[in-house]
Amino acid sequence: MQHHVRVIPCLLLRDWGIEKSIRFRDFVYVGSPINAARMFNAYMSDELILLDIIATREGRTMRPEILEQIADEVTMPLVVGGGIRSIDDVPPLMEAGADRIAINSGAWEHPDLITKIADRYGRQCVVVSIDARRSASGGYEVVTRAGSKPIGTNPATWARRAEELGAGEILINSIDRDGTLEGYDIDLFAQVTSQVSIPVVGMGGASSLADCRQAVDKGGVSAVAAGGLFLFWGRRRTVLINYPTQEDLTAEFGADRVRPRVPFNPWHVLPKPIEA
Amino acid sequence: MTTIVHYGAGNIRSVQRALERLGEPSVITSDPEVVRKANRLILPGVGSFDAAMQNLKSHGLVEVLRQRVLEEGVPILGICLGLQLFTQSSEEGTEPGLGWIAGATRRFEPIDATMKIPHIGWNEIAIDKTSSLFAGFPDVPSLYFVHSYYVTCEDPSVVVARTTYGQTFVSAIQTGNIHGVQFHPEKSQQIGLQLLANFLGTT
Repeated sequence: MQHHVRVIPCLLLRDWGIEKSIRFRDFVYVGSPINAARMFNAYMSDELILLDIIATREGRTMRPEILEQIADEVTMPLVVGGGIRSIDDVPPLMEAGADRIAINSGAWEHPDLITKIADRYGRQCVVVSIDARRSASGGYEVVTRAGSKPIGTNPATWARRAEELGAGEILINSIDRDGTLEGYDIDLFAQVTSQVSIPVVGMGGASSLADCRQAVDKGGVSAVAAGGLFLFWGRRRTVLINYPTQEDLTAEFGADRVRPRVPFNPWHVLPKPIEA
Repeated sequence: MTTIVHYGAGNIRSVQRALERLGEPSVITSDPEVVRKANRLILPGVGSFDAAMQNLKSHGLVEVLRQRVLEEGVPILGICLGLQLFTQSSEEGTEPGLGWIAGATRRFEPIDATMKIPHIGWNEIAIDKTSSLFAGFPDVPSLYFVHSYYVTCEDPSVVVARTTYGQTFVSAIQTGNIHGVQFHPEKSQQIGLQLLANFLGTT
């Protein structure tokens, strides 16, 4: 069935800064997420994913005060993750501006958390985020805790279980391709999408819009997410927040699969309510 | 001043933020006394049908909302689950809805294996251009949806927008002072803000 493909920037956050990694290592500071969020809102990106990459390690979630300042910049859906391991972690994030919650290590280590969040907020609020890499035997294995802890399961199996527990969406990320701009791992996506009936967002290594289309057509994902592709530009990978134009997207996916966008008003002139 | 009814879970701050962008002050409340004085209401929605109806009841909000909206004509905008609560029942649960709109809330059925549920993402709405909710809208508006259930209406004259995802379903209703949208205007960038502004323009 034809649907609009979502194309989603994903920002990895460490405190007040965006960090970019290669294969979950060699982190480099990219810039302010507040500015980036404002720009992506102006570019009318479909959603924005914010993942705090050191939260689990430090035993906390994303700081609500940081999230609040980012949320102030956007009127589009925000998916927020990083360090969430208990239902009590969720309300401050929702209050600060999260629309949907992404859980990774927390979901594996406390599977009932998926069900609890789904029961309280609805399953569309729960995104289970899965990091995976090629295993020694040639298949794929899931690794939690920012790529440090293999759990002994393959991503398709875990994704199916997460759906059963109440997840509304899966975010599947390739550790091997992360930050490489070498292209998505389409096989990984295909394995996961074949096992679930909920939407899957594919991530990791996006190199171009053509690559995004392959992820949808061959990998079966409903949406694509990318970090480096939207943060860097050119051969020298200099930092430049960017997002494909309506023309680029339509040329790649076809008009049926791209949402029509009202041209952005650069003067931030918002419609005034009609006075009584 | 707009009164945003808080009846449990969900991100309702984003509704408040969107109103702030339009220069509209708002208060988030689950206090029936505050709702009793409201001149404009928003019933946002994230969560489950039964939990929402139970929360509305336990906060004593059902009767005061019925009075303000049905008897006293206060404009109300239901968003997502908020719209679904206006119907008589939902396949999501066993609680009766508010019943202000004749119709039921149903679950999406996949038409093939590629149709994923929940319906998450941007989708077009086919609008009734005479509706005040859509003043200034482009011909093919696209807004953000995130839901597994959709509304059906027995009276087609209350329907002002329809959307297709597998099935064609009601994406907006308007009858008198009662407005409802299945999509999230507070998450639909400029066009969502336009809709909210249009709603604020109704008195």
